Amino acid sequence: MGINLDVPDISARPVQRCSTKIKAEKANLFYGTFQALRDITLDIPSCAITAIIGPSGCGKSSLLRIFNRMNDLIPGARVEGNVELDGIPIYDAKIDVADLRKRVGMVFQKPNPFPMSVFENVAYGPRRHGIKNRGQLEEIVEKSLRHAALWEEVKDKLGQSALALSGGQQQRLCIARVLAVEPEVILMDEPCSALDPVATLKIEDLMRDLSQDYTIIIVTHNMQQAARVSDMTAFIMMEPDRAGVLVEYGPTAQIFTNPKDKRTEDYITGRFG
Amino acid sequence: MEIRTEFHKKLRQIQDEMLAMGSMVSKATLRSIDALKNRDMELAWQIIADDKKINQKRFEIEEKCVELIATQQPMAGDLRTLVAVLNIVTELERIGDHAEGIARITVMIGDEPPLKPLIDIPRMAEQTVDMLRRSLDAFINRDAEAARKIAAEDDLVDNLYDQVFRELLTFMLEDPKTITRATRLIWVAHNLERSADRVTNICERAVFVVTGKMEEIGASKY
Repeated sequence: MGINLDVPDISARPVQRCSTKIKAEKANLFYGTFQALRDITLDIPSCAITAIIGPSGCGKSSLLRIFNRMNDLIPGARVEGNVELDGIPIYDAKIDVADLRKRVGMVFQKPNPFPMSVFENVAYGPRRHGIKNRGQLEEIVEKSLRHAALWEEVKDKLGQSALALSGGQQQRLCIARVLAVEPEVILMDEPCSALDPVATLKIEDLMRDLSQDYTIIIVTHNMQQAARVSDMTAFIMMEPDRAGVLVEYGPTAQIFTNPKDKRTEDYITGRFG
Repeated sequence: MEIRTEFHKKLRQIQDEMLAMGSMVSKATLRSIDALKNRDMELAWQIIADDKKINQKRFEIEEKCVELIATQQPMAGDLRTLVAVLNIVTELERIGDHAEGIARITVMIGDEPPLKPLIDIPRMAEQTVDMLRRSLDAFINRDAEAARKIAAEDDLVDNLYDQVFRELLTFMLEDPKTITRATRLIWVAHNLERSADRVTNICERAVFVVTGKMEEIGASKY
């Protein structure tokens, strides 16, 4: 493939480092009459990894999905309160949700490559956003795969089915697919729970790498993973009415060595779970 | 619901072993002074031999801590407990060394006639051992306030050390023939003074395990 390496780096966007990227103020999420999240207030910094931890069913994934309005797809779901991306309220009626989801990409628990070639998986998003030029697509595919630390492993089989890749490779392909549309924020919902330990460490390494240029928010059941990989950690817990609340949010090193709230301490030391 | 019962049981066992080591060290310190007072060479040699058991105990506890850290990924208060225990057993081991040092001085003194009756040196030992026992209690009870108070008592030991030093100095000034014997007693007192300083380090760990903050408390004048 004739790659022109003079194209602008997809990561070379004007990013204000370590400013507030996403802000939630008293955000409440309802599924019909059931309140899933209550009064969530937190500032998520840019160019850092923020981990969301908490017991099963506490609303971690729901919180993640608030940030790119994925909950909109669930009938009866509604969000109250304010959620902002770069200071702009994302639940405003004027917001183009497709555009929002381009800026705030998502990686899911199970690798979900499309049943098409490796190349087409990555080119899919840019094509949808109107890029038709083959050369340009090739550049985007290579850059995205390189950025997702997958290029060396797949450069000779771009035409092969993505489903033939290993689980870890498939997950990195899904990350490349997100990167291809030049997002600013990457939401990861349990991105390693279907992967073996080595593939998990590779993804974690990749996340650290990507955090230089992207705001990453990860939901994880694996507390060690949150401790290893994130800069900030938010601990969510269910209240008796089953609504999730933010118990504690702070620098990861502090949360895992000296949490302020007894409930955080009890959860991360396994005294309840 | 407690979900890591096995891990937390092991964590408690490690702290129990640390207490057992604390009592070995307390005993060694008090017995080293008995041996000195009574010129009991047999006891002195016994203390020297027993120090190996203290050192061994320290390694055992360290190994258990390392194993728990490697296999259980302790977090927050549990992690602080293990880090504190690792530090405390090091301090205990050194206090044990000070007791052994006193026993070796006793062997050196042998059957030389006593320079004077021992009064302040046994007081230093009692005060130090009392502080040691209470500092470990403060750690187990997660009582940072008590730990800070115990560390402040180091001044008592320092003052006794001053007193011992001044008194022995007068002996030496009056009669240079006493210099060897007086110097040896100063060494004994110095060992005890160092032990009390190490107790203040244990107190710092007792504060750390509660607050998560590494703070220096009760800085000794020596």
